[in-house]
Amino acid sequence: MDVLLILPLVIPLTTAAVSLLLRQQRHLQQFLGVAGMAALSGVAIVLLTVVWRDGIQTTNLGDWPAPFGIVLVADLLSSTMVLVAALMGLAVAVFSLASVEGERNAFGYYPLVHVLLMGVCGSFLTGDIFNLYVWFEVMLIASFALLSLGGERGQIEGTIKYTALNLFSSTVFLVAIGALYAVAGSLNMADIALALQGDVNEGLVTTIAVLFLIAFGIKAGAFPLYFWLPASYHTPLVAVSALFAGLLTKVGVYALIRVFTLLFVRDVGYTHNLILVVAGLTMVSGVLGAIAQVEYRRIVSFQIISTIGYMLMGLGLFTPLALAGAIFYVLQDIVVKTNLFLLGGVTQALNGTDRLSGLGGMYRKLGIGAACLVIPAFSLAGIPPLPGFFAKLALVQAGLREHEYLIVGVALAVGTLTLYSMAQVVAAWWKPTAAPSSDGSRGPARDTLSRQEKWSILGPVAVLSVSIVSMGLAAGPLFALAERAADQLLDPGQYIAAVLETSS
Amino acid sequence: METLLAFVVGGLFSVAVYLMLRRSLAQIILGLGLLTNAVNLMIFTVGGLTPGDPPLIAEGSDTPPPVYANPVPQALILTAIVIGFGVLALALVLAYRAYYMVRSDDPDAMRSTDQLGPPDPN
Repeated sequence: MDVLLILPLVIPLTTAAVSLLLRQQRHLQQFLGVAGMAALSGVAIVLLTVVWRDGIQTTNLGDWPAPFGIVLVADLLSSTMVLVAALMGLAVAVFSLASVEGERNAFGYYPLVHVLLMGVCGSFLTGDIFNLYVWFEVMLIASFALLSLGGERGQIEGTIKYTALNLFSSTVFLVAIGALYAVAGSLNMADIALALQGDVNEGLVTTIAVLFLIAFGIKAGAFPLYFWLPASYHTPLVAVSALFAGLLTKVGVYALIRVFTLLFVRDVGYTHNLILVVAGLTMVSGVLGAIAQVEYRRIVSFQIISTIGYMLMGLGLFTPLALAGAIFYVLQDIVVKTNLFLLGGVTQALNGTDRLSGLGGMYRKLGIGAACLVIPAFSLAGIPPLPGFFAKLALVQAGLREHEYLIVGVALAVGTLTLYSMAQVVAAWWKPTAAPSSDGSRGPARDTLSRQEKWSILGPVAVLSVSIVSMGLAAGPLFALAERAADQLLDPGQYIAAVLETSS
Repeated sequence: METLLAFVVGGLFSVAVYLMLRRSLAQIILGLGLLTNAVNLMIFTVGGLTPGDPPLIAEGSDTPPPVYANPVPQALILTAIVIGFGVLALALVLAYRAYYMVRSDDPDAMRSTDQLGPPDPN
């Protein structure tokens, strides 16, 4: 039994439990929050190096042999995702030191964030399809509470929509699991993959595959199932929406990549072409929604949907290059989206509003720090030295190689529209400050951040911006990692052998 | 028996979907609750129904008898019931809170987060 795979679950659980006990001592809770995330990141780095060196790692929980008990599996994709998630958790924990007020801390902000991280890491690491459902629920319940934390009217309305649609998606997921169990007679994903390679009712399996596509499509925010996302993501605390934006939809994408590379690979002509169509529509509808909005966080919420389309495009093309492009896209987009929401917190703290017309004068207020705002915006738009460009480049190349000109055309057109949308945002930051309007502004405008805010609010934004630049400069090695992860995914035999052989 | 239960599950699904399409939060939540129960019954049915054959290994034997009740779906349902119950309770609290703030049970009255903000003054 390998402790390394259990630690990413045990550390957030312990931190959550202890910080719940410390709910009266705000400073201890904050310290523990940062320390817990740092420990999680450390473990994730060790896990990734071990997986990189020795191949896929597995652990049978409770020492039940593999197809019968629950198994944790770390391949390159899942261990990289755990690492990126932990690092984002760390950035958000530092960010919330100064941005989450005391009253909200008392309502259990820190414990919930750690429970959320536990759900996310569990979803990445589990090798059991029903266990994946359980981790999704852990994540969802934490996210319901985090969304409504503060209890303003907009938050409650957003949470209602988020809750109803996500619960519906969970039930669809459960139906799919039940049907899959009826066909394959197992819940262990490697075992199911083996069973589906054998003699099964193909029509039924394709139906189940589409059920999974619907369930995970709702979680990922794919067209036409994304309506809960722009209705809720702009309502909670900035730190909460940054965490959601970086992680939650990507867990849906991860689950889609997992089941559509491991389990449902027999009727690729139907399922993966369907994913490709969904991908194109997701890109287009997301970016058009973004252009229509006038508030910063709403714009970026729609941009989340648009980028989900690119990731699905990589999965739909289903070639090694396309899949590597999708994985690279997910990895860099987690950092970019978290940073975009965090910097929305900086501009909101300075201007007291989220509306583009009131966000001007950032260079005057932040000096050189304003560069940190521009980097993630430009990366999302796909400007060359930044990682967003390389991700799009790989996907477009993969599309051209497969002669899928339509989706490549859509991707390029949406890229241009994304550039337009982000240019609007950047232009708004550079404009002189507009006179404070009587309506729509939520708080007073300020000229500088306090000393503590500089460290705790601007600090994470700057660190993430620097890491975005270095991800762009080190795109080669990172893409090699994504390619190796994609090769692992496209050869399910490795995964199956790693899971089922350790038991014998 | 399986055929009968299949119809029951189908009926529960249709009632649940009908409820979820109503313009009332309370009915949407009732629909969600019914939906989880329909799914539970479905998992129970697809596991195969073998009345009166417990999943026990006879004394002195190493393998279970050729026909025995599948214990896995029951374990799944138990987990799903607990999760569904907790989530339903949370949804009820949320709906009460929403009713308290919006003074309406109608989801159409909760559109403020979907609408574009007021137009720019500039």
